[in-house]
Amino acid sequence: MTPESAKPAKIYFFGTCLIDAFYPEAGLAAIRLIEREGVRVVFPPGQSCCGQPAYNSGFPDQARAVARQQLRIFRQDIPVVVPSGSCAGMMKHHYPALFAGTEEEASARALAGRVFEWSEFMVRVLGVRYEDRGAPLRVTWHSSCHALREMKVVEFSKQLLRQLGNVELAELARERECCGFGGTFSIKHPAISGALVNDKVDDIERTGAERVIGGDCGCLMNIAGAAGRRGLPFAEQHLAEFIWERIHGD
Amino acid sequence: MSSPARDRILERLQGAPRQEIPRPEAPPPLAAAPDRGARVARLKSLLEAMRAEVHVVPSPEWLPRLKDLLRTRSLQTLVYAPDTSIGAALRAAWEEDPSGLPALLPYDRPVEAFKETLFAADAAVTTAAGAVADAGAIILRPDAHEPRLMSLVPPLHIAVLAADAIYPSLGDALREGGWSADMPTNLILVSGPSKTADIELTLAFGVHGPKELVVLILE
Amino acid sequence: MATESFEKRADRALGDAQLRRNFAFAMGNFILKRQAVFSDAAETERLRALGSAIKQRALSRLPELLTQLEAACTRNGIRVHWAETTAVANRVVLEIIQSHAASRVVKGKSMVSEEMHLNAFLASHGIEAIETDLGEFIIQLNGETPSHIIVPAIHKNKAQIAKIFHEKVPGAPYTEEVAELNAIARRTLRRKFYEVGIGLSGVNFAVAETGTLCLVENEGNGRMCTTVPAVHIAVMGLEKVVEKLEDLPPLLRLLTGSATGQLVTTYVNLITSPRREGEKDGPREVHLVILDNGRSRIYQDPQLRRTLQCVRCGTCLNHCPVYTRIGGHAYGFVYPGPIGQILTPQVEGLEKAGELAFASSLCGACEEVCPVKIPITELLRRLRDESYSAAPDGGVPGRGCRQNLVERLAWKGWELLNTHPRLNRLATALLGRAGEYLPPGGPLERWMRYRSQPQFAPRSLHRRIQEEGIPDE
Repeated sequence: MTPESAKPAKIYFFGTCLIDAFYPEAGLAAIRLIEREGVRVVFPPGQSCCGQPAYNSGFPDQARAVARQQLRIFRQDIPVVVPSGSCAGMMKHHYPALFAGTEEEASARALAGRVFEWSEFMVRVLGVRYEDRGAPLRVTWHSSCHALREMKVVEFSKQLLRQLGNVELAELARERECCGFGGTFSIKHPAISGALVNDKVDDIERTGAERVIGGDCGCLMNIAGAAGRRGLPFAEQHLAEFIWERIHGD
Repeated sequence: MSSPARDRILERLQGAPRQEIPRPEAPPPLAAAPDRGARVARLKSLLEAMRAEVHVVPSPEWLPRLKDLLRTRSLQTLVYAPDTSIGAALRAAWEEDPSGLPALLPYDRPVEAFKETLFAADAAVTTAAGAVADAGAIILRPDAHEPRLMSLVPPLHIAVLAADAIYPSLGDALREGGWSADMPTNLILVSGPSKTADIELTLAFGVHGPKELVVLILE
Repeated sequence: MATESFEKRADRALGDAQLRRNFAFAMGNFILKRQAVFSDAAETERLRALGSAIKQRALSRLPELLTQLEAACTRNGIRVHWAETTAVANRVVLEIIQSHAASRVVKGKSMVSEEMHLNAFLASHGIEAIETDLGEFIIQLNGETPSHIIVPAIHKNKAQIAKIFHEKVPGAPYTEEVAELNAIARRTLRRKFYEVGIGLSGVNFAVAETGTLCLVENEGNGRMCTTVPAVHIAVMGLEKVVEKLEDLPPLLRLLTGSATGQLVTTYVNLITSPRREGEKDGPREVHLVILDNGRSRIYQDPQLRRTLQCVRCGTCLNHCPVYTRIGGHAYGFVYPGPIGQILTPQVEGLEKAGELAFASSLCGACEEVCPVKIPITELLRRLRDESYSAAPDGGVPGRGCRQNLVERLAWKGWELLNTHPRLNRLATALLGRAGEYLPPGGPLERWMRYRSQPQFAPRSLHRRIQEEGIPDE
């Protein structure tokens, strides 16, 4: 797999607020996997949220205030790698619109041009090759709507999964359908969101997978919560954490 | 034709922010327009997929073929347009030998004096002005001689089409036919017998338009 | 119509297993059909881009094109009427019918006529509007409204339809055979086509260049309604005008492929005038009613104006995971699904219909397939912004109607947490330690209706980064 872009010496890592609060080990694994390829990873400590929750809920001013914080923090002209299709999509595709007509517009566009979703970065820029040391395992892959439709990075994630020789990837029958998270949608319309996530959980169960792997922790939390509520045995895991485990034979 | 409603609506629209948007570029024409044989084949294939019955016949043989297919069906009446070239040919052919054939009914008066007959007729035969190969549709151009309801009301519609008049695409038909300069009262594309999928998305043929469409393509 | 809340209607629909089965089956089918007819991804993208460009171009010249359309139609002998509101449009239609002393009208399918609530209006004036599209015929028998833009009776399965026909069509036996049900409809309606002197239809595209009305259909009832009766009344939203005849082929391909997965409908009907001298059939009078009903107001906003690109194909409904689960009636207004969610709040106002703009996870499945590339999620977000905006009047009617202290404080708090790193670290540390003791109210309670309790990590990523000594610059 030849990388499409030259390997940078240094990159920023944007951890995302959900990984910070709920899946820190996924964030660490993602960082370690980049460092392993000889790239210096910088984690500016003032980072927080990409602003998407407010942006999607009708509060653009609050979204802008929080996004501005990230603009200030990630100011060097180096790639920003994001372990979430949703947050990467926010920065790459929505920051320019969010800051259109403001004095930060140029800065927002510049940042947008440097954003990579994590699996996209690993495949397109670093051209990683992994050896699977884990025991045979059947997993399924969950595509977040943003990874699928906005960032269009699902193929990169699947390429990484397919490198793992002892991992059987059983794809979902209705992979393209939303899991029902949608940020505040899951709170504002619980019944509809519940119907969507339960259908997604049924779909996962039908694959017989022991684990559902994904690139977006919002979706994973949503799915795991519903599966847990129903006492279903499969677990959720972020792709980076999964790969870290597999290459170390954990 | 001024009316207060019209003026207020247009005023609101005219007062809105203007956008300058150019006409989109027309897509480049097909690399090589398919030859007549390919067009006939494509049209036939698509029409048949939509349950039309298609016969490709050498031009001189169209009448005998028409008679054959009429004889295999038990039809009492066949509406036709007397003031067309096919109309004259039909009259002559029926005079020669009408055995086993439905009676020819000329649609030669306004519908107000013909409605009952028309709604009770078994079939109608019309010309087709052309066809569109990539969509699988024939083009009907009713006029004073060949009224609109012929191709709609009777349960069987037979269309006579010259193979030369098959265009590769609707865009071609429109352009080469110079339609925009001279639109008739009514111009219709027909791609098969009438159908619906309103009940559980189950396709069923023969709703309000003709139950059967037969197309004779004359080469 | 919308006396209950959307939430209640959606809840009820979610609990209706038969409804969910009917819709899951139908929408799954539509998705496959569309995929089959648009199998070449690159070609499909080119076509969609062209469709979008044609519609945006037409909208950019909307007042000129409407003027041109009127002039061309008038030259052709088509009488053009303008209606600012649905009430006026209804009156115009009524007056035409009454001027012919008619008491019945046969109708082809028209969503604009649903928007007008035309049938009920005519009934209140003693005029029977007879639906002739099979789906509309079915729901009219049952006193219902359409649940989908293209297939109005899709919420019903064969058994339900068989029951309706048997109970409501005089002399109809009970049968679930689709061919037999169609035959019953054909027989019943053929009599009406024969007898009734006024036909009403919608318009898919109105061509300004030639003054031509373009109608597409599969059943033939549309041609019947627009050809047999002596009078044809066409009703259209003012956004349906297109510039040139040559714009039709790509738009037709997009509309038909997106709506039903066909290359072309059974009939494409281009009407340019009433019966001309010497012609033997066709209506002697053709009327075109151009309806505004809020569209000219939507037009004022360049971003929201894109709502008017819609060709009413219904494919956004077909691909929407929310629509698939709650069906069309739950939306509570004439247009369901994603298009309904951006159109209705703008027409009816945010107070009455604004909640529709929030009933979406913004998954984007709709805009991925919209044949004219309406940026639906962007417009949903815009409507959400409008709902909370404190800006002075203007924009969408009902702007700011959702403003409330609780949410304002909540988002302000969220902003503070996310712009003050020390506060943020304090909060995540607290939640990491005591998150499971959060009081089960508000958002958490709603989350946990369908999910087990979320587990905060004991040590946040920020903390772990520090522990692991990962550089900060």
